[in-house]
Amino acid sequence: MQRRQSSKIPKLHLHAHHKHQTDLSAWRQRGTTDSEKTIQNHQSPDNQENDSKQGSLEEALSYFQRVPEHVSLKKDSVLQKNLATVESVALQRGLPPEGFEVLLNVALSGKLADTVNTRILMSLIPASVIPENSIVSSVSWLCVGKCSDKIQLLFLRWLITVFDFIDHKEQINALYGFFFYFLQDEKLCPYVCHVLYLLTRKENVLPFRIRKLLDLQSKMGMQPHLQALLSLYKLFHPELVTITLPGKVKAYFKNSEGPWKAAINAIRQKKQENSPVPLQLFLGTAQRQWRKRKWNSQMVVPASSTNENYLEDKTKQCVALSTTTEYFPVEQLQSFSQLLQNIHCLEFPAQMGSVLTNPLLLHYMNCKKDEAVNLRLHYWMGQTLEEECTWCVVDNSRQEEFKEFLETIYKAECFLQEGFSSCEEFLYKSLPLWDGSCCQSQVLKLVSWISINRFSEMKSLLYDPLAQLFFTSSLYFKCSVLESMRELLQNWLISHVIHLDSESDSQDHSLNSTLSGLVDAVAQLINFVGQISTAALRLESDITLLMHFILSFYEIVCDMYLQYNLPLLIMPPAGVFYPALLSMESVSLNRLCYIMYRYRTNLVAAKENYLEKKKAPQFRFSSKTYKEYNQYLIAMVGCLWTSNAFEKDSHPQGLHMDEELLKKTAVKEYKRSLNIVHHPALMIYALSFLQQAFPDDTTFNLSLIKGKKWDWYLEYLYANGLKGLKLFIESSINRISQASDHKAENVQE
Amino acid sequence: QQDTDPQIAALLLRRQWTLYSVSPLYRFSDSHLSGYARLLSAFIAAEKQKGLAVEIGVELDIKVVLSSFPDLKGCDQDQAALLVQLSSKSKSSTKNSEEKLVWSGWFCSVFGDYLPESVTEDFTCLPLFLVNGAESYTSIVGSWFQKTFDCCFRRLAISPLNLSWMAAIWTGCKLDKTSSAMELIFSVPCLPPLDISYSIHAEDANALWDTIQKTPGEITQEEVDVFMNSLYSHFHRHFRIHLSATKLMKVSTTIASAHCDGIVKFLQSQYLTQVLMLLTDLAVSQIE
Repeated sequence: MQRRQSSKIPKLHLHAHHKHQTDLSAWRQRGTTDSEKTIQNHQSPDNQENDSKQGSLEEALSYFQRVPEHVSLKKDSVLQKNLATVESVALQRGLPPEGFEVLLNVALSGKLADTVNTRILMSLIPASVIPENSIVSSVSWLCVGKCSDKIQLLFLRWLITVFDFIDHKEQINALYGFFFYFLQDEKLCPYVCHVLYLLTRKENVLPFRIRKLLDLQSKMGMQPHLQALLSLYKLFHPELVTITLPGKVKAYFKNSEGPWKAAINAIRQKKQENSPVPLQLFLGTAQRQWRKRKWNSQMVVPASSTNENYLEDKTKQCVALSTTTEYFPVEQLQSFSQLLQNIHCLEFPAQMGSVLTNPLLLHYMNCKKDEAVNLRLHYWMGQTLEEECTWCVVDNSRQEEFKEFLETIYKAECFLQEGFSSCEEFLYKSLPLWDGSCCQSQVLKLVSWISINRFSEMKSLLYDPLAQLFFTSSLYFKCSVLESMRELLQNWLISHVIHLDSESDSQDHSLNSTLSGLVDAVAQLINFVGQISTAALRLESDITLLMHFILSFYEIVCDMYLQYNLPLLIMPPAGVFYPALLSMESVSLNRLCYIMYRYRTNLVAAKENYLEKKKAPQFRFSSKTYKEYNQYLIAMVGCLWTSNAFEKDSHPQGLHMDEELLKKTAVKEYKRSLNIVHHPALMIYALSFLQQAFPDDTTFNLSLIKGKKWDWYLEYLYANGLKGLKLFIESSINRISQASDHKAENVQE
Repeated sequence: QQDTDPQIAALLLRRQWTLYSVSPLYRFSDSHLSGYARLLSAFIAAEKQKGLAVEIGVELDIKVVLSSFPDLKGCDQDQAALLVQLSSKSKSSTKNSEEKLVWSGWFCSVFGDYLPESVTEDFTCLPLFLVNGAESYTSIVGSWFQKTFDCCFRRLAISPLNLSWMAAIWTGCKLDKTSSAMELIFSVPCLPPLDISYSIHAEDANALWDTIQKTPGEITQEEVDVFMNSLYSHFHRHFRIHLSATKLMKVSTTIASAHCDGIVKFLQSQYLTQVLMLLTDLAVSQIE
C-alpha cells in the first residue's frame, strides 16, 4: 500500500510543474524531491479505508489546478464537491505536502470568490510538512496584490500558525524584505510583525530596518507587536537599539493560535507523533518582574539573555579576523540537540545567575569548567543569599520568595550533583542565626550538599549549630536533620567513589592524603549522628518514626566498605543499638538484623582483603570495631536465639542482669523468655503462628514452639517479610555444627 | 598624607555619598568607556519610557559620561577609579544650553584587590561604589551595570563598631588648621525615638586619644574600646545616661562624617585616600 501511495505522488507533481513556469522553478525542483521523501516517511500505512477518498482528493487538487476564473460556488456543483472533499480530507487526515502549492495558488490568485478562498485557506491543515516553495509562490501572489485584504490577513495568520511545519526556511528568509514592506499596511502590521519575529536572523537586523520600526513606533505609539520585534532586534544587535519591555503586557501577539490550531492538534493526536514544538517567545525578561522591588534585589533568577557586552566581541574580531563565529543567542537555546549543535559558538548569558533555572546551560557549564564562570555564579549567589536571607536581614518579609530561591539552588545542585561553594559559605554563616523553622526543608536539603572541603571546621560551623536546634526542636525537625545527614553522608560517599574512579591511574600518594581526610570527616559525621540519635531516642517518647530515620542512616554506614570502597566502619552507639534491638516494632528489629548482617559481610571482606594483600595497613579497621561488633552480636544472638542475653551480654550498657534481680521479676522461665518467640516485636507473629499450627489449642502456650516447629516458625517469620532476620540468622548463627559454636547451643532443643 | 589630585578632590569633597559594595565586574574594559556611555544613555531613555525602543547613538535627554581616574587608588594592584556622571540638558534655552549634573557615581578601590591572580584578566575589582543623586538614577545605572558586567550591588551599612573605629582613627588625624568639634550621635531605643548628640572639642578628643594610643600608626580594638568608654563615662558623670546601652548612629569629625546607614561625607582632601581605604575594606568584607 505504501508503494501505491507514493506512486501517485510524482504524477501529481508533474501537473504542478507544467502549470508554473516562473523563474523560481529551479529550486522548486529540489523542493519537490524533499517533499516526496517526507511523504514516504510521514504517511501512515494504515489508512486503507481512506484510500478511496485519497483518490478524490487527488481529483480535487487537479480540479483546483485548472479551475477557471469566476466560477460561482452556488451554481457550480463540481466546485462544491471538490471543495467539500478538500475540507473533509483536511480535517480528517490533514493535507499532503503537495496539496499546499495548488490550493494556495488558487486561494491567493483571486480567481474565485472570497468565500471560496476563505474556505480553502481554512482547510490548509498539514498532515506532515508544508513545502517551502508553496509559501514562496504565495508571497509572490501577495506582492501582485490580486487577493483582497481579508484573504491577505488570513494567509498571514495561517502562516504564523503553521510556521513550524514548513520544511525549509532559507528561501522564505530571503523574502524578508518583502514581508518587511508589508509593515506599512496598518491592518497587516501586527501579523507581519509576528511573521518577522519568527523569521528574523541576526543578518536581517539592519540599521535602516531599525529606523523604519522606530518610525512606525513614533506613529503608532506603544504597540506590543512592535515591542516584541524591536526587542528581538535588540537581542541580535544590542549596540544599535535598546528597549525596556513594560511588565504589564500579557501577549505580544494577539490570536497567534489561529483557527487552525485545534485541527492541527487533533491530527497530531491521531497520529501520535511528535511534530515540531512551536517556537516559544523568549521575552522572558518582563514576565516575572511585575512586582515592585528593590533595584538591586537579585533574588529573581535573571532570564537568560545574550551578553550585551558587545564591545568586547568587536575587539576580539579585530584581533583574530579569521574567526567568523557568530554567537548563538542563549534565548534561543531550547533543546538538547540545539545545545549539541551550537556548543562551539554558545556564550554564557550576560548574567550567570540565569543558568540556575536552565538545565541546558547547567549542562554546558558542567562541561565547560571555566573558572570565571564559576566565580560569576559564586558572587551572584553569595551576595543574593546574604542580601535576601530572611532570618539574617531585618525587615525582610519575602519569605516565600526566599524559599523558592533556596529550592531553585537545591534543584540545580541535584542536577549538577555538586554543592555550590557560595551556598555552603552562606549556610556556615547563617546557621548559627537560624531559628530552625524558616525555610526548614530547603535549608536542610541544602545542607546535604555541603562539600567535605572544610571538614576540620565542620564541628563548629555545622554540627554545633545543628545540634543546638536539634535538641530543642520537634520530632519532625529531628527526623529532618537525620534525613539531611543521611543524604550528606551519601553524597560524600558517592563523590568519593567517582573520585576513586577518575583517579585510579594517578599516584597513590595524593590519594592517600585525601582519603585520610575523607575518613576523618566521615567518622566525624557518623559520630555526630550517633550522639544526636542517642539523645533523641531518650528525649522523644514515640521513637518509631525516629528509629526509621536512624536506621536508614546506619544502613549506609554498615555498607561503606563494600559499597563505597571506604576503609571505615563504625558501629552504632549502644544508645541506638539496644533501643532498636528491644524495639516493639518488628520493622525496626528486622532492619537492625539486616544492618548487623551487612556489618558482618563488610568486616569479613575487610579481614580477608587485609590478610590477602597486606596492603595499606593504615586503613585497617581497628580491633575496637571488631570487638564492638562481637559484643553486639552476642547480645543479639542471646536475645533472639539462645535466650541467654541476660547472662552473656558483656556490654556495659547492655542487657546483663543479676540472677537475683531476674528472680524478683517473678517470670517463671526467665532463662528462656527472650528469643524470637518471646521478643516483644515478634510475639504477635508467634501467637498467630500458634493459631494456625494448633487451631484447637486455646492456651497460647508459646513454649510449644520448639524442635521442628521452631524451624516452621522461622519459615513463617521469613514468609512474613522478615528478610533481614533471615539474612542475619543464616549468616551469624551456625545451626549445624553444634559442638564447635557456642551460639548454636540451644538450637535443637 | 599627600594631597589628592585637586580635580578628584573637587568632585568628591563636601558632598553626601551613599555607599554600596559591588562584586567584581566581568569583562569590563577601560578602553570602551565611550561605548558604554552610549549604551547606558540609551538604556536610561528606554527605562524612562518603558515600552518604546530607543536607537543607540542618537542624542538623548540625559547625557552620560564615563571617565577613568587612574590616580585614585591605593597601590598598583588597584584598578583605576571610574566616575559615571549623568547630566540633563535644560530644554528651555536653545543651543548653548547648560548641562546640569543630576547624578554621579564612583567605582573605586583603595587597597581593595582581593581576587586570585588567575582571574584578574576577566574581572575588574572596584568593590566600593559611592553615589550622589536621585535613587531612581542609581537604580537604572545599577541595573545596567548588573546586566552588563554581571555584578551585584549591595547597600553598605556601617556597624556601630566600625563607626567607633572611625571616631578613633579620625580623632588621631593631625591637621594644620584648627578643627571643629567631633560630634557623635546616639539613638536611644525608646518610643518616641530619641537621639543624643554628643560634641567634644577636637583638641580634647585628640588629647584623650593620645593618652590611649600606644604605638603610633597602629590601632587595636582594645584602644578603640578604651577611647569610647572614656567618652561614655564622662557623659555618664554629667547626665547619668549610659551611652553604651544606646546605638551609635553617626560620627562627624573634621576629616569626614559617616552615618550607620552607609552615608558619608569627605571633608579633608589630604585624608581622602585613607578614608576610602577604610570604606573599601568594609566593602570587600561584605563581598567576600
